[in-house]
Amino acid sequence: MTAYVIRRLLQALPVFLGSTFLIYTMVFALPGDPILALFGDKTPTPEQLAALQERFHLDQPFLARYFIYLGDLLQGNLGTTFSGQSVNEILARTFPNTLRLALLAILIQLVFGVAFGLIAGLRKGGFFDHATLLVSLVLISMPVFVLAFVAQYFFGIQLGWFRPTVGPGAPWSDLILPAIVLSALNFAFVLRLTRASVIETRQQDFVRMAAGKGLSSRRIIPVHVLRNSLIPVTTNLAADFGILIVGATVTEGIFNVPGVGAELFKAIRRHDSPEVVSIVTILVVIYVLVNLGIDLLYGVLDPRIRYVK
Amino acid sequence: MSSKNPVRTMPRYVAEVDEGGLGAVDAVRIGERKSNLWLDAWRDVRRRPMFWISAIFIVFIVIVALFPTLFTQVPPNDECFLSNSNGGPQPGHPLGFTLQGCDVYSRIIHGTSTSLSVGLIVTALTILMGVVIGAFAGYFGGWLDSLLMRVGDIFFAIPYVLAAVVIMSIFLKDRNIWVISLAIGFFAWPSTARILRSEVLRVRQSDFVMASEALGLKKVRTMFTHVMPNSIAPVIIISTIGLAGAITAEATLSFLGVGLPNNIYMSWGNDIAAAQNDLRTNPMTLIYPSIALSVTVLSFILLGEVVRDALDPKARAVR
Repeated sequence: MTAYVIRRLLQALPVFLGSTFLIYTMVFALPGDPILALFGDKTPTPEQLAALQERFHLDQPFLARYFIYLGDLLQGNLGTTFSGQSVNEILARTFPNTLRLALLAILIQLVFGVAFGLIAGLRKGGFFDHATLLVSLVLISMPVFVLAFVAQYFFGIQLGWFRPTVGPGAPWSDLILPAIVLSALNFAFVLRLTRASVIETRQQDFVRMAAGKGLSSRRIIPVHVLRNSLIPVTTNLAADFGILIVGATVTEGIFNVPGVGAELFKAIRRHDSPEVVSIVTILVVIYVLVNLGIDLLYGVLDPRIRYVK
Repeated sequence: MSSKNPVRTMPRYVAEVDEGGLGAVDAVRIGERKSNLWLDAWRDVRRRPMFWISAIFIVFIVIVALFPTLFTQVPPNDECFLSNSNGGPQPGHPLGFTLQGCDVYSRIIHGTSTSLSVGLIVTALTILMGVVIGAFAGYFGGWLDSLLMRVGDIFFAIPYVLAAVVIMSIFLKDRNIWVISLAIGFFAWPSTARILRSEVLRVRQSDFVMASEALGLKKVRTMFTHVMPNSIAPVIIISTIGLAGAITAEATLSFLGVGLPNNIYMSWGNDIAAAQNDLRTNPMTLIYPSIALSVTVLSFILLGEVVRDALDPKARAVR
């Protein structure tokens, strides 16, 4: 296990360096004046230009600038927005809300996705199976902002079951509707993956063996079928998390959840490139770390994976 | 056995081949239909109603994209009158008007080609990059494989919509269909490359590849004539679903305000963004382009699922 952990850590390091370098390069190595590019469609004053040139160390060679930037990043200094706010402060203020929303969404997607997928897989070809496949197909086809508006309109405005927008300091109950919207796409993926995995696992020899030695299905299904079917679901959590990041940006923006996603959403719409780049970098770093964590978890769940090179 | 040779009789300890029914195993059926992966897939697919439903939708979407004027005579952007702002349906304007007083139906029809072009360009780009990189990595192996796959890991570590957001924020001044397609496709290729690589690794073990190399065919040529055609099926599957993903990504970027400029391109994402403030008063302006977007995405996902069931025997077992 230790060798596996060390190998994964060593593999994550180039990915971390590479992805931050890539973002940095995209911003600073593209044709044209990078400082002007940061301003998008706005025109900076000479003072702003000079200040930014100083702040981004444009007098240094390119690679040196990258390492300065990386040093800042590792020390947790994420820069400031156009309006002079510190990105650190923005993140500190907004991150707890995003965490609450994301936890709720992950909980919904896993609980309902696995439960529905299990039932659909056990009753393959039945009514429930067909119904959930159809629903998951519809959910996969609807871009998250479409789903968000539809949910906001029907459940928030027409039926009035939920508050259509969330404000600062909102209780958990207000986050339910955005969390459902955010989890919908992943719910569909988890459901389908669990279903396929359950169908496959049920045909495995160890399940037949368990049935053959007389175990009841009340024991076979949770212990032998479900546990082994959850391995692909766990592996896929990394991909789910990528969807969650993009989804949170749109969902928080639409439902006005005061989180990191909403901040990014507003920054994109304001064309505040420094803030966009800072937040995207942070999200990518979190994504890399979560991927690493999921890989390590995978090694714990499925010992075979530790020995595959 | 010819009659010239003397027939030697031997005592038999087992039944004649014909008697035991084993002859049927070796028999060659003369009238058997030709069969390969693609023919089998086609036979499977054409029996399934889902295939025809999605195909009809896609053909219809392509026709709308190519010939929008067959479906509407109203220009999408020029004849907008604020007096019509958020107006209901009128004769000739079946879906009413946007906040700016433009015809909703016409904007949806003219937006089709934007969505479809971005989808197709991104798909072509990801196939091209993914196939070339995945094939070289899988077939040549060694340090090239490690290098290409580590680069792929790096690109894979950035969710492609976020990467596209950054690129589009930088290229704010010159946003067009090509820039947005490049921005999406440039980060979407690693999954295609990974899938092709693992498939190439599998096919590389086959006897026909060894035969081809033993006969002295150059490695690159073997790769393109023997390995690639036999490992391309999973790429087709992932690309059909990827096309739907690219359409969604374009709409999402336009919705976020870093997609295509509103005044030049008709984009459903833009229309949805423009209508969001009037969700309470005039929800249909938002719902109609959403339906168009979802139906288009659904058509390609359905097609992808049908194609996957037909090409991937494992998926068929689960069906």
